[in-house]
Amino acid sequence: MAELFVYGIILGSIISLGAIGLTLVYGIVRLANFAHGDLMTAGAYIALFMVTGLFSWVGIPDTPFGPFSFGWRMIVAFPFSMLAVACVAILLDRILYRKLRMKGSGSVMLAMSSLGAAFIIRMLILILWGADSLFYRPGVLEQAVELPLGIRIMPDEILILLIVFVLVVVLHLFLQNSKMGKAMRATADNHQLALVSGIDTERIIIWTWGIGAALAAAGGILYGIDVQLNPYMGWDFLLPLFAAAILGTIGSMYGALVGGLILGVVQQLSTAFLMPTYKPAVAFIIMILILLIRPKGIFGGSSR
Amino acid sequence: MMMLKVEEITVGYSALDILHHVSIQVAEGQIVSVIGPNGAGKSTLLKTIFGILKPRNGKVTLKDEDITGLKPDRVARKGISYVPQVENVFPSLTIQENLEMGAFIREDDYSKRLKEVYELFPLLEGRKKQKAGQLSGGQRQMVAMGRALMVDPQILLLDEPSAGLAPIFVAGIFEKIKQINATGVAIMIVEQNAREALKMSHHGYVLAMGRNVLDDKGEALLANEEIGRLYLGG
Repeated sequence: MAELFVYGIILGSIISLGAIGLTLVYGIVRLANFAHGDLMTAGAYIALFMVTGLFSWVGIPDTPFGPFSFGWRMIVAFPFSMLAVACVAILLDRILYRKLRMKGSGSVMLAMSSLGAAFIIRMLILILWGADSLFYRPGVLEQAVELPLGIRIMPDEILILLIVFVLVVVLHLFLQNSKMGKAMRATADNHQLALVSGIDTERIIIWTWGIGAALAAAGGILYGIDVQLNPYMGWDFLLPLFAAAILGTIGSMYGALVGGLILGVVQQLSTAFLMPTYKPAVAFIIMILILLIRPKGIFGGSSR
Repeated sequence: MMMLKVEEITVGYSALDILHHVSIQVAEGQIVSVIGPNGAGKSTLLKTIFGILKPRNGKVTLKDEDITGLKPDRVARKGISYVPQVENVFPSLTIQENLEMGAFIREDDYSKRLKEVYELFPLLEGRKKQKAGQLSGGQRQMVAMGRALMVDPQILLLDEPSAGLAPIFVAGIFEKIKQINATGVAIMIVEQNAREALKMSHHGYVLAMGRNVLDDKGEALLANEEIGRLYLGG
């Protein structure tokens, strides 16, 4: 049980990265982004392209890195993939969502167009890499670390938790203290008042896509390191992402963080009683329950 | 010189026009109030000046610069500020952060201005870290006006600042408006509380059914019997 709990935290931290981006985009761009999971997939595969293709062509050696399953190439690929996916999301906004916004399209229209974008991203990945599951470094075995309570955990997984922690802290400091971060929160609060205050909300939207997509990419890569890559990984994450964001009150970054962790833990614990293939059903049940009992999520006030 | 000139504005939503050829002028340093019954288009007028609505016809000039049809975030950079009637604060941001957002377009050091705003609304200074969403109506109005003042505007547009306030706060808000005007800021105010607004106004405009009905000096409108009967409640 304790071990399942730890695995749940690891899975949950990855869900959180996606859910935070999803909730930020929803709060500021006013878009339920059905392509968010596929941005995670894109991040994982762009890193794969760098690690197995680009970097060997450029001649960066893949020297092992500490006790981890991946080498130096991944350390370099990680931030670049985040940047690349941020650019993909911003580009999508410029050529698609922004046009719909300008036309005054409703939220359903926007959400459906993001569903279309999700399919396009997935099909591109299927065309380029095929449908098989892939690994960043096939055949590398790590030595598990023994923790108290008989918990066995891979060095990779400790690093995953550390990376998620650092990303969340950096985002927190950015949102609380930087001028752009405050303007993002202001825009989420009241779009029109932000405009009236002279805030260029289109620029805020670009930042939001950039940050949300970069976090999604990080989540996708971390999942790829921990488990494996396949073209449907992000799509499978979509339901837990939405469940986590709604559980934590849509629009709230801290809520999405907590919601993601809860989702991860509950999903993993459920495998003690149910077959692991039912994990998505567990996420779905949680989502339905919140929507029925507390639609504003655990952090939503009852008055607002 | 005229601070703000609205000339022959016609504006509406889709097929329905709300304002028909409305013209308003605000001279430097003046308080100008726009009064009229509900649905006269008073708020629409302010929204059009600030670029939230696009006029079908007509022209808005700020100190001889044509600002017709500019987007709100561009208009905000021209030395004009606007306080909407409702939803005029950022509820999840603290008071201090609300004021900082008011100064978003400023690249210079605005700490002196921040101090002045806190001096104008001393109540806010002790609650800097409190979220604006937790404040009472009167306090929110102060935050909203404080936010609008952070850019050191030349003219301030106020949409029904006394609406929804307890009567004891109304006098206080009007007092603050006079104080702001005394520092040289021109003010255009739209009010239901017409009598109080006209008392402090240099000039007043009466709007009805989206059209100019009359305009005159503030005290002249107050003395006008017909206006009194029709728009000032007897």
